[in-house]
Amino acid sequence: MTARLALRGVRKRFGATVALDDAHCEIRAGTVHALLGENGAGKTTLMRIAFGIITPESGVIEVDGAPVRFRSSADAIAQGIGMVHQHFMLVPAMTVAENVALGGRGRFDRAAAEERTRSIGRETGLLLDPGAKAGELGVGAQQRLEIVKALAHDARILILDEPTAVLSPGETTELYSWLRRFAAQGGTVVLITHRLEEALEIADDVTILRAGRTVLESAAPGLDSHTVIAALTGDPASSSDLAVAPQERPTAPTDSAMHASPAGGDAVFSLEGVGYVDAAGVRRLSDVNLWVAPGEILGVIGVEGAGQRELLRILAGRLQPTSGTVKRPAQVGFVPEDRSRDALIPSMSLVENFALAGASSRRGLMDWSRLDAETNQVINELDVRTSSADARVATLSGGNQQKLVVGRERAVARAALVAENPTRGLDIRASERVRREISARRGTPAPAVIYHSSDLDEVLAVATRVVACFAGRVTAVVPPATEGDRTPYAKALMGVE
Amino acid sequence: MEALIALWDGAFGSAYAFWSATLVRATPLLLVGLAVALAFRAGVLNIGAEGQLLAGATAATAVALAAASLPRPLVIGAMIIAGVVAGALWAGIAAVLRRRFGVMEVISTIMLNFVALNLVSWVIRGPLQEPLRIYPQSATISASGRWPLLIEGQRLHLGFILAVACAAAAWWVLARTATGFRVRAVGAGTSAAASAGGIDTERTIMGVFLASGALAGLAGASEVGGITWALYEGISPGYGYTAIAVALLARLDARWVAASALFFGALEAGAASMQRRAGVPSVVVQVIVALVVLSVLALARWRAVAAERALVVRAEGL
Repeated sequence: MTARLALRGVRKRFGATVALDDAHCEIRAGTVHALLGENGAGKTTLMRIAFGIITPESGVIEVDGAPVRFRSSADAIAQGIGMVHQHFMLVPAMTVAENVALGGRGRFDRAAAEERTRSIGRETGLLLDPGAKAGELGVGAQQRLEIVKALAHDARILILDEPTAVLSPGETTELYSWLRRFAAQGGTVVLITHRLEEALEIADDVTILRAGRTVLESAAPGLDSHTVIAALTGDPASSSDLAVAPQERPTAPTDSAMHASPAGGDAVFSLEGVGYVDAAGVRRLSDVNLWVAPGEILGVIGVEGAGQRELLRILAGRLQPTSGTVKRPAQVGFVPEDRSRDALIPSMSLVENFALAGASSRRGLMDWSRLDAETNQVINELDVRTSSADARVATLSGGNQQKLVVGRERAVARAALVAENPTRGLDIRASERVRREISARRGTPAPAVIYHSSDLDEVLAVATRVVACFAGRVTAVVPPATEGDRTPYAKALMGVE
Repeated sequence: MEALIALWDGAFGSAYAFWSATLVRATPLLLVGLAVALAFRAGVLNIGAEGQLLAGATAATAVALAAASLPRPLVIGAMIIAGVVAGALWAGIAAVLRRRFGVMEVISTIMLNFVALNLVSWVIRGPLQEPLRIYPQSATISASGRWPLLIEGQRLHLGFILAVACAAAAWWVLARTATGFRVRAVGAGTSAAASAGGIDTERTIMGVFLASGALAGLAGASEVGGITWALYEGISPGYGYTAIAVALLARLDARWVAASALFFGALEAGAASMQRRAGVPSVVVQVIVALVVLSVLALARWRAVAAERALVVRAEGL
């Protein structure tokens, strides 16, 4: 029997990084197919190729056994493929019906679009008010709208990228039972997910990618989570190039309990029953209990949307939790993921960017000569390559920009530093330097550092202790018995007990 | 050629041309140009300086007429305060609309210009109309409300001093004070200002909005007290719109706004004389103005693109 959708020998590079290297995947008609892999394994890239958004360097795509070439997603849509992206692609100011009609041809006929939305609703049970504004829908309804959009273009193959990351448990169940019904009626579903147990429960088949290669293809029934985790993480012995040698590994403070306060009561951070519900009403964090002692480097791991973004911002004081109590230092350094947007003003000079920290509480005149001296100190200490402290930050390379951010945040907040993907987009040398500076223990007591990276190896290389975010909950990861064994971390990321 | 000579003579050809035409026109342009530059620096697209100027002019006229019997310094002081407050309040309407309802200030401020204009036409036919009730204008303000002249026999008045002082103050605040730094940071990178700087960006924007309106309102008071001595519909020949060009030509730098206001003041003064002497319509000057602004903007854009390219080349070379 030929596959409904098949990808073979797919290769794709982005600059110097190889995203996909001989990836393949066969999806049978009428099935739910789970595509699994760690962060950066290439799942989303592979499916974007299947949807015609990315052109592969080599490889074959077949639909019903016939080779196809996609020049754009329009070609993929014409072949009956629809994709629901992790970040919804809706026009918030437009109505449901208008969003459904988007991408269609010819004149916009409101009545026809509304009728189309209703009839899809009747056939599939995906009920939506055609006249409602997309931006005013709840997250679950927005996702229904994304699926209806795809179905309106006669999609027979639905690709869903992390569809449950934003859904409540009830909505998740609802979505899964709908996907099963869709498959039972002959539709085909590809599910990109990090939630291993859910995937094994709902899927017929499983494909696992690791570092751009397909490492496992199997029917889901009979597959146990240990086999899957082994496939996801690969051979434990060879996995961790970045991990520091055992004798260098900093030792964690003895008391590493999650829930109780440390005996001395000298925690830098302590969170009790912290929860966060965002403006759209999505619960991002629930009942987080956490404390961090001076000198600790707490590694935070989590896949996108698991709650670490909110956790880091609550710790850094950039976000107020909607429930629970937070104890943290008045000043917390924060190295956010998107540095050119949230940490720096590229059109301003290095000194002005240095002055940004603490700008809210400053009164009277700016002491530019003092700020200039402090900036030059950071420039010297962290070896920021710049023509002068008065140069615009935009003229710096990404690595030097990040060094400036780290230096500034450490200078303004000596007790605590929160870093979110601090090495993203940096070359190896700059990454190394930034990582070293963040994990440096300077001063007494040494600062408490929270370190998140979507690269698990990087977290393991610097952290003295690791917690994982999964579906808004934060759990401690018990360190493995053998050095270099990543299984416990992979399990925590995938929500496997 | 004859036209250009006429243009030059009208602006700089005589002491009278310079002190009483060029600088007199440069005065409101400087104040309103500062208002626009300040707002744009903080990322507030205040296109409503014209309306804020009219609000200031109306309030200053009302105060001057009502308090005519008081000593002169008191009346002039009250006119300044009235102009500043009215301009700030008029801008405050747009600021509140933005904050409470998310209305874009580009839209609201330009709409409020028309509201202000119509309000002026109502006021000068109603509550503030001159006692004979014939002409659509206010009564002429008495000597106590007329601003002192700076030079004997010339038209240049107190407003010029205030405008120059405001320019110096605006530069100083932006460059040297913590508040000014917050304003610049919010304008240059709102997200980083909020996240890395902990700045309450909305509050900063509100403050800038009000300050911008206050400067424009002061320009209105200055025109009434120094030049027109009465309120009428054509009190501003579009100073609030020209000010946008003044501010952009100065690249939003308060020091350059002064130079830019002088340049535009000279062009407007010269245009009048060019029309009289050479019969060249004064709209030609507006064409020149538009060309100047476009070239400045194109040049700035070109330089930005060139700088970016150099950066990319360097980054790729690493």
